[in-house]
Amino acid sequence: MYPVTTIHYLALSAALLLIGTVGVLTRRNIVIILMSIELILNAVNINLVAFSHALSNINGQVFAIFVITDAVAEAAVGLGILIALFRNKETVQADEIDLLKW
Amino acid sequence: MLIDTVLFYIFAAMVLSGAIFTITRRSAVHSAISLICSLLGVAGLFLLQRAEFLFAVQIVLYVGGIMVLFLFVIMLVNLDLAAKARQFNRAWAVGIAAVAVVGAEMAWFLYRGRAAFHIAENGGAGLGSAAAGNTEMIADSLFSEYLLPFEIASVLLLVAVVGSVVMAKKRI
Repeated sequence: MYPVTTIHYLALSAALLLIGTVGVLTRRNIVIILMSIELILNAVNINLVAFSHALSNINGQVFAIFVITDAVAEAAVGLGILIALFRNKETVQADEIDLLKW
Repeated sequence: MLIDTVLFYIFAAMVLSGAIFTITRRSAVHSAISLICSLLGVAGLFLLQRAEFLFAVQIVLYVGGIMVLFLFVIMLVNLDLAAKARQFNRAWAVGIAAVAVVGAEMAWFLYRGRAAFHIAENGGAGLGSAAAGNTEMIADSLFSEYLLPFEIASVLLLVAVVGSVVMAKKRI
């Protein structure tokens, strides 16, 4: 059995990024789109920590903390926007909110 | 070494299955529960790489904070109608293009093997061998080298707090 190396983590991170991207692009429900964005940010974190471990450098983990901070801010504001949107338009489907469309 | 490998595959299976269930379930609550499973798997991967502080932050902040926020909003917003509607929009071309790009990347990695990525291989004993603990090293770096970004992050969080209250409030 092969030992787990950095490339295993990178492949996992790429797969998680792919799943998150497909979720953002194809789902209609805004709540699930926001969850897919969390998946994408977690893929970035796996990447950062893997390189931090491989290169014996702590900076990657500090960057991961900043990414988590951004994820928290994004989730709070995004869900606030979602509540305001639901109050005004009574829908959570992303493709029904087409006020700016021709 | 063997236990590390086994644990890696267990956590990787948790992460990927949780992620796939997150984007395919009809009910938003089921998606949120699957996402919690996925985030716990990511926390386990952090622990495998000896990032103990990030492991704790991941569980306390993501699973304890963000996911509770998501569940609150799911309960607040009426999603019954959305659960009965069509779940996917018709952006299949973009989705397939994204799958193809990442699939090509993975295939290249599998074809070339680990030798294609020798620059990232573990050079030494890793961070764990240092005298200071993981949390102490992160604090040292965060409060000396990254002090300005740290302060900017606090301003960002303040803006996010004010912004989300303004968004969600009925009348200001």
